[in-house]
Amino acid sequence: MKHPFHEPGGIYVHVPFCVRKCAYCDFCSEDDRSRIPAYLNALVKEIGGARPPSGLAFDTLYFGGGTPSVLAPEEIGRILAAVRRRLPLLPGAEITIEANPGTLAPGALGELRRLGVNRINIGIQSFSDARLRFLGRIHSAKAGRGAVRRARAAGFDNIGLDLIYGLPGETASDWRAEMRSAAALGPEHLSCYMLTYEPETPLARRLARGDFAPLDEARVGRRYRDTVRFLADRGFVQYEVSNFARSEAVQSRHNRKYWNFAPYLGFGPSAHSFIPPERWWNEAPLGRYLKHSASERSPAAERETVGYGQQIIEAVYLGLRQTRGIIVADFEARFGLDFKGTFGRVLAELRRKGWLDTSDAARCALTPAGMLFLDGIASMFVAVDFPDAPPA
Amino acid sequence: MKNIRNFSIIAHIDHGKSTLSDRLIERTEIISQRDFKDQILDSMDIERERGITIKSQTVCLPYKAKDGNAYFLNLIDTPGHVDFSYEVSRALASCEGAFLLVDASQGAEAQTLANLYLAMEHDLEVIPVINKIDLPSADVERVKEQIEEDLGLESERAILTSAKEGIGIEEVLEAAVQYLPPPEGDPDAPLRALIFDSNYDPFRGTIVHFRVFDGRIKAGDTIQFMSNNATYKVEEVGIFQIVRVPRKELAAGEVGYMIAGIKTVSDTSCGDTITLKKNRCDAPMPGFRESKPVVFSSIYPVASDDYEDLAAGLEKLKLNDSALIYEKDSSVALGFGFRCGFLGLLHLEVVQERLEREYDLSLILTAPSVQYELTLNDGEVLVIDNPALYPDPSTIESAREPYIRAAIIVPDRYMGAVMKLCLDRRGINRNYQYLTRDRLEMIFEIPLAEVIYDFYDKLKSVTQGYGSFDYDIIDFRETDLVKLDILINGERVDALSQLVHSERAVARGRRACEKLKEEIPRQMYKIAIQGAIGAKIVSRTTISPFRKDVTAKCYGGDISRKRKLLEKQKKGKKRMKMVGQVEIPQSAFLSVLKTED
Ligand SMILES: Nc1nc2c(ncn2[C@@H]2O[C@H](COP(=O)(O)OP(=O)(O)OP(=O)(O)O)[C@@H](O)[C@H]2O)c(=O)[nH]1
Ligand code: SF4
Ligand SMILES: [Mg+2]
Repeated sequence: MKHPFHEPGGIYVHVPFCVRKCAYCDFCSEDDRSRIPAYLNALVKEIGGARPPSGLAFDTLYFGGGTPSVLAPEEIGRILAAVRRRLPLLPGAEITIEANPGTLAPGALGELRRLGVNRINIGIQSFSDARLRFLGRIHSAKAGRGAVRRARAAGFDNIGLDLIYGLPGETASDWRAEMRSAAALGPEHLSCYMLTYEPETPLARRLARGDFAPLDEARVGRRYRDTVRFLADRGFVQYEVSNFARSEAVQSRHNRKYWNFAPYLGFGPSAHSFIPPERWWNEAPLGRYLKHSASERSPAAERETVGYGQQIIEAVYLGLRQTRGIIVADFEARFGLDFKGTFGRVLAELRRKGWLDTSDAARCALTPAGMLFLDGIASMFVAVDFPDAPPA
Repeated sequence: MKNIRNFSIIAHIDHGKSTLSDRLIERTEIISQRDFKDQILDSMDIERERGITIKSQTVCLPYKAKDGNAYFLNLIDTPGHVDFSYEVSRALASCEGAFLLVDASQGAEAQTLANLYLAMEHDLEVIPVINKIDLPSADVERVKEQIEEDLGLESERAILTSAKEGIGIEEVLEAAVQYLPPPEGDPDAPLRALIFDSNYDPFRGTIVHFRVFDGRIKAGDTIQFMSNNATYKVEEVGIFQIVRVPRKELAAGEVGYMIAGIKTVSDTSCGDTITLKKNRCDAPMPGFRESKPVVFSSIYPVASDDYEDLAAGLEKLKLNDSALIYEKDSSVALGFGFRCGFLGLLHLEVVQERLEREYDLSLILTAPSVQYELTLNDGEVLVIDNPALYPDPSTIESAREPYIRAAIIVPDRYMGAVMKLCLDRRGINRNYQYLTRDRLEMIFEIPLAEVIYDFYDKLKSVTQGYGSFDYDIIDFRETDLVKLDILINGERVDALSQLVHSERAVARGRRACEKLKEEIPRQMYKIAIQGAIGAKIVSRTTISPFRKDVTAKCYGGDISRKRKLLEKQKKGKKRMKMVGQVEIPQSAFLSVLKTED
């Protein structure tokens, strides 16, 4: 249960601005960009006050949002400088920025490169203008393609694209065409997300009003299976429910920290931090975050100590999200529990259903069919009566 | 003794008994302002959450009256809900008087009358109190008229109060002193004390609550319970003042408690008489009329190894809830449990909640049933309340079900709505009469089975809250009964079976399937639910399986959100029962009885 820092940590910076809210989005972001200066001041102050545990160095930095690319490169530069001043960022660190194709000014990409940003994740979402409109995106399909080409031209050699599937009326061939278009642009990384109707979003309201019929669950399930197969054939290996990479080297090093109990510090409204076993998260939305900053209060909204039993839940759920699964020896060493003894009944049931990947006894991983029921399966593991405190 | 007054506060539900008690307690300052909270006598969590009184509570108030003398006023706050009238009747047995509260805006309602009759049966002096006079809708004149005409009490004696605003409090205290008789009894005679309640304290054993009618009791005495001759040495006696306050001695006329190292829970029973071993009184107190359970349901622990804890919990709970009865039971689907009898649905819910909270159990209750009388072909008469014991229908000659006489009081504009409701429930209208200008008392005879579930809620809703209802069981009448079974994935689940009137069976079956479909969460495989009478399927529905069940996106570092969801599901699963492959939530077992929303 002790956690010396075997591995470097990650840094996350939340940029809570977008040109316009997308219809499905429930992230912390807003379209009033007049608050950018106030935000930057508060953010730089927060980073300046960070107190990382001694001995912890960082090898990833991730600008997420919102739309970090709404910031001018100089502004990104200012944040980077604040980070480097305060936190030990290792040479060769993965520095990612999320970008919206509608916000990439000419010249910006090159400047980001020069600042040291070496990975870009572009929110393409779709190659159909009709679907982009349905989602409330600000850009066209053409702009999406252009953004990828320009990123390549600016020297980015690690490009990720985000796509969304499972839209109303979407056919299997529609979705395959989307993936084909994405693959044709030659990205290193793809994230394919099922459309979810998050409560309180405009899209969820339209759904509730009956403006459209959602794609039925069975079809969405089939799209998922199709995705895994289709992308595998094109050299993209799935490493997490929604993430695919051309090689292990271009998997998102930063996101993997979230799934593997690595430490991370988050800055900006709604950002989460985790220095095992403590987790805390910042105030949101931006207004509250700014208020706390102005009155010299900590931006943290809530904290928790993730206890032994809770860590087991997280290790199971997050382990199973990844195709490599739970590494049994690691799990047993960390929790002092016999994995097969503890979860034997669940494992047997999963095996019966063909949901357990039995190819490697050292790992507990789900088959692609099993992955489709990940939440229910995690719940089966969690229902087991494992101890709430480490065995004496 | 002439400085003691023992009285109850009685009324229809929500007319303000506990709030008036608050004011009386505050006025006599037995508790500091800092420790005070509203409805302080409603001390159980379940009472506070629901905002109703479930248990009668006694409190001893020292009061210096206008006549210059110091008095002890033993006040008992009672529940108003019809299920708990047994609590009221036991409270009244320890009193010489009662304050009958009437809400100034609602007027006299069904339990106002019912509780008045109870007080009259006990020969008590009854003083009417018109409460909530602060409400804009208060109509004191009208209520006075009802007090004269419906209740037959003298309205000029009525005290006007607002328990909320503390108006009329002094008058209530003075009336207790002036108009209620002091207790009678002989402090020098052998001890004769009536047990009206008890509770279990993990540190001190059984705490016995009693009223002394004759003699005295003090620490060191050896007492004897007259029903079973068990003897105990008294460790402590005292009175109730929110907390227990030890006293040297309690004498004739006083109300209090006794601690006597009673570890055998079943030794103490409500209605028993306490006397002294060395100096026995010649006859016990009359005790209480047995309360008659009207609905029956089986209780099972969700985890079968909690059975022993459930058994221990029931025994201790019974100390504090003498109306509860139970015996061993078992089910194929649910294992070992207890068949219990309750005074009504609210009583059932209270027992479930108290067992779960006070004894840390997670329980399943099966669909409640009334008691039926069956005559078999060979002439044998069977009384059953458990569908599991329903015999082969071909062996049954005839069946009878209990009927009630329901007295419903409503403003006359709701007459039609009430008539329709009762006729829909197989009721027969026997009579109606105007109580005052525009208020009716309607009398129906209705099968008890038709009212146990949601009749009262329905009555409230069709009368916009103005209807009130009281009932007595009158007799058993011929009925046409069938057993409705529920099959889940083809397996008969005995705990979901119910006995129903044949005309109702198909509709009930359909309804039960729909309800179960709402209650049982979707799972990874298809679930078929069927209603069956004998071999005949009368209704069916299916719960389609998940075709996918995965959260696409894990929000950045927000791992806690998903973990909390999983923790919640884990808790939820502890309240589900695996029947075959299917996880059935606790609530589903009661839902099959719901008629409609
Ligand atoms: N306006 C007003 N409200 C009152 C008065 N007395 C009580 N209430 C309110 O009426 C509601 C019921 O009061 P309780 O004192 O719990 O009533 P009760 O008679 O003890 O109810 P049960 O024990 O459930 O039968 C509460 O919301 C009280 O605040 C009063 O004099 N005026
Ligand atoms: S760009 Fe991204 S963060 Fe901004 S509104 Fe759209 S989905 Fe949300
Ligand atoms: Mg009350």
